[in-house]
Amino acid sequence: MIPGFTLELILYSTALGLVSIGLAGLVLSHHLFRIVLALVIAEAGANLMLVLAGYRWDAVAPILTTLGEQPQMVDPVPQAMVLTAIVIGVGIQALAVSILIRIRQRYHTLDRNEVAELMDAEIAATAGTARDVSQEAPLGERPIPPITDDAVQVRGGRS
Amino acid sequence: MRNLTGLLFAGGLGFMLLSIAINLDFGTPTMLIGGAIQSNALQKTGATNIVTSVVLGYRGIDTLGELSILFAAAASAGLILGRRHTTAGTQTAGGFVLRHGGSMLFPLLMTIGFYIIFHGHLSPGGGFQGGVILAAAFFLPLLARPGAQLHHGTLSLIEGLAGASFVLIGLIALQQGKAFLQPMLIQDTLGVLLSAGTLPLLYLAVGLKVGAELASLLSHLAQTESDA
Amino acid sequence: MVDLEIWIALLLGLMTLSAAILVLLVKNHIAAVAAASVVSLGLALLFVLMRAPDVAMTEAAVGAGLSSLILALAVKRLGLWRIDGKTTRSSLLVTNTRREKDA
Repeated sequence: MIPGFTLELILYSTALGLVSIGLAGLVLSHHLFRIVLALVIAEAGANLMLVLAGYRWDAVAPILTTLGEQPQMVDPVPQAMVLTAIVIGVGIQALAVSILIRIRQRYHTLDRNEVAELMDAEIAATAGTARDVSQEAPLGERPIPPITDDAVQVRGGRS
Repeated sequence: MRNLTGLLFAGGLGFMLLSIAINLDFGTPTMLIGGAIQSNALQKTGATNIVTSVVLGYRGIDTLGELSILFAAAASAGLILGRRHTTAGTQTAGGFVLRHGGSMLFPLLMTIGFYIIFHGHLSPGGGFQGGVILAAAFFLPLLARPGAQLHHGTLSLIEGLAGASFVLIGLIALQQGKAFLQPMLIQDTLGVLLSAGTLPLLYLAVGLKVGAELASLLSHLAQTESDA
Repeated sequence: MVDLEIWIALLLGLMTLSAAILVLLVKNHIAAVAAASVVSLGLALLFVLMRAPDVAMTEAAVGAGLSSLILALAVKRLGLWRIDGKTTRSSLLVTNTRREKDA
């Protein structure tokens, strides 16, 4: 056996690797369906991490087999938590998928940037305002409101 | 550039979390609640499977909250998808093997699903797993025969009754002067089917509710309008 | 005994991580859903190794079964269902040159 290659290291790197891959996919993907898949992967990694928190060396599964003297068992509380988390996860996933179906029916594209553009334009058209083209350079000047003397007095500056 | 930044972010985050996690002591949980639950779960709830006694006995109200989250997710998915079901004729019907295989698998899946639900307090399994298998059993014939429809009214009725009976069992416990959803009718026997009092009833309610919700969700997804 | 466990965990961990990377890299959306199902399957086996049979059963039924069913139905409804075509047949050539944007 290779030294330094413990069960601990393997399991932790699997769990955290899944979380990191999921987050990387969340940041890097352009396609909305891939983003949902990345979310599924990140959730799986978080579930594994929770189960690892209750692991105990040389223990048995939390099921009683004899009355009286019991062997050591792994912690059942994180397992119960993960049990409900998995089922909630699939509900959230179905909700995300149905939202994607609606987006596709409305905008006929699933690219993240294109959907954001179209949605922005539609919101602006409905509200009857000019839309901000870019986040960094806003349309027109936005002057900073001058500080009145009252406000200065209240804040306790400039005697 | 943006890709590089994203990769750097994810890799750095993973490395940081790993270097934190490797310093935790693995295999020796510091929580004491697990041992306490293990030593008196049989007297308090009567269930052999300790995870079941945590899910339904010690944390029953959390399970109720979880069921309401699942209900909210399924209901809003149905709301978003709407009622325009116009796929009739767009899907090709399944062949002989698919149709009859689906019909033959249906009773087997129902048996497995109910077995897992009823033995949830004795062995690994329970309402969530069994409910998912029940949903799959009802969805399988739908895949083979695209024209067939699940009756949504019946599904909502089952779901509502199951949810109401879960709350009702909790209220009966309250009426008898115990805490909400506290297990009742405990026999101090090990590994008998009728041994854990109200826990199998609660798990049956959970299983029916989860199964009905997921089946109606799947049939909504399968029958919604496709513009491919 | 512990030695065997380490090897099994290593194998399952590698399988899970490589399937997770494949989910993000593969071009065909059906293949991505299948890879996500493989991630859930490897995770279920790891849960068995961690003495969590309840969680393993849930993950196998929900994660590897129902969730992939929902995602596959979504692929169909979103109009991304392409089993074969130009892009998948010449995927070896495409990876050598520059990968084009996802469909």
